[in-house]
Amino acid sequence: MPAEAIVEVRGAGKSYDGTVEALRDVSLALPQGGLSTLLGPSGCGKTTLLKIIAGLIPPSAGEVWVKGKKVDGPGPERAFVFQDFALLPWATVLRNVAFGLELRGVTPEQRHDIARGYIEKVGLKGFETSYPHQLSGGMRQRVGLARALAVDADIILMDEPFSSVDEQTRRKFQEELLDLLKIERKTVIFVTHSIEEAAYLSDQIVLLSPRPGTVSRIIHPAIERGGKNPDEIRRDKNYLDVVDEIWQILKRYVV
Amino acid sequence: MVLFGKRVPIVFSLVIWFVVWELIGRAKLSTIVPPFSDVVAAGMTILPTEKFSAAAAISLRSFALGMALALGIGIPLGVAMARVAGVGKLLGMWVNIFVSAPISALVPILMAVIGVGEATVVVTVFLFAVFVIILDTQVGVRQADRSLVEMARCFGAAPYQIYAKILLLSALPEILAGVRLGVIRGVKGVVIGQLLIALLGVGELFELYSKNFLMEEFWALVIVVFMFAFLLSEAVAFVERRIEYYAGAR
Ligand SMILES: Nc1ncnc2c1ncn2[C@@H]1O[C@H](COP(=O)(O)OP(=O)(O)OP(=O)(O)O)[C@@H](O)[C@H]1O
Ligand SMILES: [Mg+2]
Repeated sequence: MPAEAIVEVRGAGKSYDGTVEALRDVSLALPQGGLSTLLGPSGCGKTTLLKIIAGLIPPSAGEVWVKGKKVDGPGPERAFVFQDFALLPWATVLRNVAFGLELRGVTPEQRHDIARGYIEKVGLKGFETSYPHQLSGGMRQRVGLARALAVDADIILMDEPFSSVDEQTRRKFQEELLDLLKIERKTVIFVTHSIEEAAYLSDQIVLLSPRPGTVSRIIHPAIERGGKNPDEIRRDKNYLDVVDEIWQILKRYVV
Repeated sequence: MVLFGKRVPIVFSLVIWFVVWELIGRAKLSTIVPPFSDVVAAGMTILPTEKFSAAAAISLRSFALGMALALGIGIPLGVAMARVAGVGKLLGMWVNIFVSAPISALVPILMAVIGVGEATVVVTVFLFAVFVIILDTQVGVRQADRSLVEMARCFGAAPYQIYAKILLLSALPEILAGVRLGVIRGVKGVVIGQLLIALLGVGELFELYSKNFLMEEFWALVIVVFMFAFLLSEAVAFVERRIEYYAGAR
């Protein structure tokens, strides 16, 4: 295992109700400060793996280590961005973003201060007093992201955060995510269905096989980003090679 | 209500009914329907009397005690039934039976067991109100968004925070609906309980008026009790409407 791995998954397996085997013998190391994506066919256990790392569900086999400690539940060094947003419908954007801090007993002035900062960073300034049902899907996901950033966790786990927004919003969101992560220096684990998204965003791509999910390949795209705009990156030879390599593997699973 | 193409306030439809009532009363069709104006007059005379305020005080106290018990036991029990599978299995069938059972039939048994007194009325109110509160709370908590609970756990919520900040708030629309129905049933409970005992509070007055054919006073009392139930349930409904904005958005 590389010394700088912040999350290590060792031989993790999960079967639901003792019958449905979702994951089998998954081992991974996630480098500090990198963005890793989990990619694989529907139902292969991506959400399951992410929730095991989050400590939300216990693995049936194997273990997860985060920052040198064995995971036995959620912890303050990990924050989650949910696919269905999971926003409190009765709370304003401000309270939702501050909710993680509220649970930790941070005083209202302090947590609202921090929350306002992140609301601005994700581009929602002016919507502090809006309620989730007044926001579009993309805006709700920004609230979810701001909430995860506000607790200042080292590791951010994102479950298909862009799956319910349109393509333009998605690309814009990807850019902003990359910019934000450069500043905030987070380690990100990102579940996606999109090969392009994985190739575009990741330092490391973990390909999972169909259920029971096992690691079928780990790819390290070496895409030179420096000084290039998004469209240039999408025409980059390395980028296109990675997309093709992933497709060659995944296409065997689509029958 | 719309009349001749114009919206008229709901009070106006009441006025029409009162006029009809007045006319039937004046026509002397039946001794049990006195003219509405006489009923109002009787109401004006009984409301300020000591006998009425004493009866009202006793009835209100029984009602308040019974409702407090129903809320204090019903809501936690509903939460427990939704969250603990064993409790739900154990009590689910009984709650479902009792929520639609004729509780009035139990009052004579209560009188035999608890005795003829205020305690019986309190228990009657409790039994009338509690089951619908349990049931609605259970439904509300059970329907609470699983992913909100997961989110709270993920951000480090302690168990009590999950109940206070997620489950109860999620279930609030259902709980309030249960409370509103419980309040209406509780008013029925206090009247029926006191009627059957016939020695206490408003029930005693009802008994007195109907035995002596004091129909004006009888109807005046009916209207007062109706108004009380209506105002209380409207108060709960007001709170319900204020939180509606998120009930629909869940
Ligand atoms: N709570 C559960 N109980 C039983 N089976 C479950 C449960 N959660 C997931 N599963 C099963 O485990 C398998 C993996 O589920 P998971 O949600 O992790 O897949 P996924 O890769 O995230 O799928 P998708 O791409 O559709 O989101 C699926 O077959 C699913 O039906
Ligand atoms: Mg999933």
